[in-house]
Amino acid sequence: MIELKKINKSFSERQVVSDVSFIFHPGKCNLVIGESGSGKTTLMKMMVGLLVPDSGEILYEGENFISMDIKKKQEVRQQIGMLFQGGALFDSMTVEENVLFPMEMFTGMSKKERIERANFCLSRVKLEGKNKLYPAELSGGMKKRAALARALSINPKYLFCDEPNSGLDPKTSIVIDELIREVTQEFNIITMVVTHDMNSVLGMGDNILFIYKGQNWWQGNSSQVLKTENKELLDFVYASEFLKKLKPEH
Amino acid sequence: MKNFRFFYHFGRYCLLLGRVFSRPEKLSVYTRQIFREIDALGIGSLGLISIISVFMGGVITIQSAYNFTSPLIPLYAIGLGTRESIVLEFSPTIVSLILAGKVGSNIASEIGTMRITEQIDALEIMGVNSAGYLILPKVIAAMLINPFLIVISMFLGIFGGYSMGVLSGACTSYEFIYGVQSFFVPFNIVYSLTKTVVFAFIITSVSAYHGYYTAGGALEVGRASTRSVVYNSVIILVTNLIITKLMLV
Ligand SMILES: Nc1ncnc2c1ncn2[C@@H]1O[C@H](COP(=O)(O)OP(=O)(O)OP(=O)(O)O)[C@@H](O)[C@H]1O
Ligand SMILES: [Mg+2]
Repeated sequence: MIELKKINKSFSERQVVSDVSFIFHPGKCNLVIGESGSGKTTLMKMMVGLLVPDSGEILYEGENFISMDIKKKQEVRQQIGMLFQGGALFDSMTVEENVLFPMEMFTGMSKKERIERANFCLSRVKLEGKNKLYPAELSGGMKKRAALARALSINPKYLFCDEPNSGLDPKTSIVIDELIREVTQEFNIITMVVTHDMNSVLGMGDNILFIYKGQNWWQGNSSQVLKTENKELLDFVYASEFLKKLKPEH
Repeated sequence: MKNFRFFYHFGRYCLLLGRVFSRPEKLSVYTRQIFREIDALGIGSLGLISIISVFMGGVITIQSAYNFTSPLIPLYAIGLGTRESIVLEFSPTIVSLILAGKVGSNIASEIGTMRITEQIDALEIMGVNSAGYLILPKVIAAMLINPFLIVISMFLGIFGGYSMGVLSGACTSYEFIYGVQSFFVPFNIVYSLTKTVVFAFIITSVSAYHGYYTAGGALEVGRASTRSVVYNSVIILVTNLIITKLMLV
């Protein structure tokens, strides 16, 4: 369980995240949704320690992550798989080397086991046969998928995904969502997914946090989301003409 | 304010070095990186260094011949002068300055790009000490391979001088070789290679520092790379003076 308690963050006087509290449960897809620029990425970066909140607590299994010493922090981080919004694949390595990297660094697996695992992860994100390509030779969506394979390679205990299906076609999107959902349930992972894709929200939202202008605006799950009375959330959910047609009359 | 900037950078540079030299997570991964860097930083610079050394050797010889016009100076002094210029200063210092341009800008832009595309963050999230993983192999590789590069540069420089001396008729082959072999002080080589190793450390660590703390976008990567060359050059020149004073006087 990861618990956020009254997290605040501002960049040069401008408050980007204010008083956000939330609980991320294991085995569930914990979604953070909100408009572009509402502070989702910033929140995720604080949770993994890339940014330090101005105030508030981040508890990993009850332990305060911010005040942990560097050694303990690294131990926690070695159990984190993270998918960056831009992928952040290592340019100098092939797709396969990227996926192998965390295993080489932190596991005692033999070379054969590592390669098997890498191939397995790559096939799960539908990238089989692309092992020897470099990131520069991949499309945007392929980069995302390769990065997800890298995040999953070490069987993480915590999984952070920043917009895993932006830039993907609807069909591949669903495959990726399904994959995240499956591993989350199978390995009881604590998963945080940042998204603004309504398909994902409805398809995998077990536990949803809606952020509006950096604030904790609404919490619930995918079935509650469609019936909400919250004005800002309604605007967010029914932004598309298609979904507007499905909107229940109040 | 300017002075404070200096202390700020120097302090941050030292802190970064502290992280660079902390214990590697996995030796095998680091060793592999060192070999890669030896290939990229060392072998990759061989062509450039060879061409420059041959030509500069030639020029140094012609200039020595041009200056030694007095009948009191024996012609073998041309070979001797060429050897001393190349061994003491041209190969260790000028070649290092050229490497500071080539290797330094390369390192700064590589690491800078990794910073702005969040690759360094990705390493940190995995629990890797990004400073150690990215910088230590480069520093070690350069300190190992640069002395070889410089020795090759010395040989090629003297060869260039010999060819030019003989071809232009400034001296005979015998005179040049006699000059190259006379009054040889082995300590000069020690001095020269000491400089080389220190410069290798400066080039890699200073440019890595500029790359590592890049913030912003592609524009800043370009700036970091330029800045690293400027800083490297100045630091190399000052260090050159200090080492020379300490070792030769
Ligand atoms: N390093 C930074 N320095 C200054 N401001 C920043 C920084 N990072 C983010 N911001 C600001 O914080 C706000 C929230 O950014 P964030 O990246 O968290 O948005 P987001 O919700 O992830 O948006 P998107 O859905 O477009 O990715 C933005 O207004 C942005 O300008
Ligand atoms: Mg974002």
